[in-house]
Amino acid sequence: MMNQTNDHSTDRRKILKGLLLTIASALLPAVGFGEEKTEQAKAWILGDDYNPYEHYWGMGIDINKCIGCGRCAAACKLENPVPKEPFFFRTWVERYRVYEDEDTVIDSPNGAVDGFKPQNEPDKKLTRTFFVPKICNQCDNPPCVQVCPVGATFKTPDGVILVDPEYCIGCRYCIQACPYGARFLHPVTRTAEKCTFCYHRITHDKLPACVEVCPTQARIFGELRKKASPLVRFMRMNKINVLKPSLNTEPKVFYANYDMEVK
Amino acid sequence: MEEITAHLTNLLKEIAGYIYPNEIELHWGLLVVIYPYLTGLVAGAFILASLVKVFNVKEVAPTYRIALLTALAFLIVAPLPLLAHLGHPEKSFEIFLTPNTTSAMAMFGFVYAWYLMAVLLLEIWFDYRQELIIWARESTGIKKWFYKVLSLFSSDTSEKAVKFDHAASRVITIIGIPSAFLLHGYVGFIFGSIKANPWWSSVLMPIVFLFSAIVSGISLVLLLYMIITPMRQKPLDMLCVDKIASYMFYAMIVDFSLEALDFIHRIYESEESIKILAQMVSGKLFTSLVVIQLLIGMIIPLVSITLVKLFKKTPDELRKLIYFVSAIMVQVGIFSTRWNVVIGGQLFSKSFSGLTVYKIQSFLGLEGLLVSLLILLFPFVILYLLVNILPPWKRPEAV
Repeated sequence: MMNQTNDHSTDRRKILKGLLLTIASALLPAVGFGEEKTEQAKAWILGDDYNPYEHYWGMGIDINKCIGCGRCAAACKLENPVPKEPFFFRTWVERYRVYEDEDTVIDSPNGAVDGFKPQNEPDKKLTRTFFVPKICNQCDNPPCVQVCPVGATFKTPDGVILVDPEYCIGCRYCIQACPYGARFLHPVTRTAEKCTFCYHRITHDKLPACVEVCPTQARIFGELRKKASPLVRFMRMNKINVLKPSLNTEPKVFYANYDMEVK
Repeated sequence: MEEITAHLTNLLKEIAGYIYPNEIELHWGLLVVIYPYLTGLVAGAFILASLVKVFNVKEVAPTYRIALLTALAFLIVAPLPLLAHLGHPEKSFEIFLTPNTTSAMAMFGFVYAWYLMAVLLLEIWFDYRQELIIWARESTGIKKWFYKVLSLFSSDTSEKAVKFDHAASRVITIIGIPSAFLLHGYVGFIFGSIKANPWWSSVLMPIVFLFSAIVSGISLVLLLYMIITPMRQKPLDMLCVDKIASYMFYAMIVDFSLEALDFIHRIYESEESIKILAQMVSGKLFTSLVVIQLLIGMIIPLVSITLVKLFKKTPDELRKLIYFVSAIMVQVGIFSTRWNVVIGGQLFSKSFSGLTVYKIQSFLGLEGLLVSLLILLFPFVILYLLVNILPPWKRPEAV
């Protein structure tokens, strides 16, 4: 009798052990792969003599210089695989009209790809008006990278936030996490899309398309950590601000002549 | 391309104020509303079951097994809406293989697997083990083998072994309570940790999710018990029904207080986003938030159950009716709560200068109404099968 009971308890132990092992094996893949993604990104980098560790990119935008022609937004759509429909933008320009009664009207028809049409409201008096180009802020503390469940979006060593479409599962958590509305879901590939600072150009000693075409040099692109850089000079010569600083995303797009109405 | 974006063109006309140009497409739709609704029911049903095992609330014992099976049925379906809403469902396994450790969403697979395998399946197995063995003995042919496999070929029905089963399921329930909290609190964290979105970003979010989950789960089990028992031509155990309704009532009071706290806190702090949120709540979200969530889903059931509690001589039939209708209203209210969190959080622009609209894209299609309805019905089909395979009311005579 005694023996029999022992046998059963051994059985039970075996079953429990088996169950525990099954559960444990389901948790195995938790061991990280994050580093691997960064390594792959390095291999993917285009120019052979381009060393991403020697650069750190940023952008300056002088609001006073922007004339709202929208060439930047148009050039971006030509240069990059951004759908032409007016719902998908890697960069766009906003127009702000601040009226005397403290009412502020903001618009960005088709992201300003076709520029702006004059709008006159004769019975209201304008106090100030200006254009604000917007783009992915390439945050140093990027919430989009933090939330991506599979690590498809990542920060390159030279500070640019990219998306690996091969990896992206299209959950859109990154789009929710971006405070600047800089991301969208590509309607055909069904993966997250965003500004890359024209990574294929900057790694070949060229400027991003939007910077290249700007007729007033409202956009300044360059190195953040090299003294001779035009961007560093821009940041020395102007009072600068970033968008939504309270969120601690640490943007690498810096605005000069920033107005309190800018959202 | 034009076909894909046609629905967005129509939305353009309905935008009020300024929204960022990429914000016209609302990214998390009806399917993502369903996901927290389902997981909430799982967590809530499990908490009700744990009242029996851990806190020894004998009155609700008749619902113990229904609650467990309900939790399992809904847990099996919970990942489906998420899967259907992905841009690339075929790559979803990447969440398990290469999870990004800083992502709240990446933890989904592990929380889910833990809850399913380490808690629910184990607890159900220990609770049913003895009966599985008996059913295997009593059946013949395929059915015999089916139950043998389900019992994992165990055969010991001695008193000692059964005692061990009870002890084990008690221990698992004790582990299960924090796990259920984790499961739904975690879903709340997915939203609550998005600092870009002031409607979501709140430390209270996981707790509010949790208590609304408990409310919804208890109310669902109450409904199921009140429907299944007459179908079996058995009398309702009024002590049990009263007790469950009481627990639902208490959970609702906590839930209501937390939501009120969140609301008052927002208004009092009056941060940058308050104007656009006020505009949203008094406009596009008024019906679903104030009328459905608050009035129908919270205040009316609370008042009704309070009245039942005050007038102790309420006849059984009236009490049943009040509980039943209240539980249905609670379900509608909680679904609306999920809607208001998920959709509400995307109706205003992150520029805080405008509002957009949400329209369910179509009837057919992966993100259409039909799929959502099927996903909502599916747990009941699974529950029906589970109840047939594992009848919750057949207790072996030996015990």
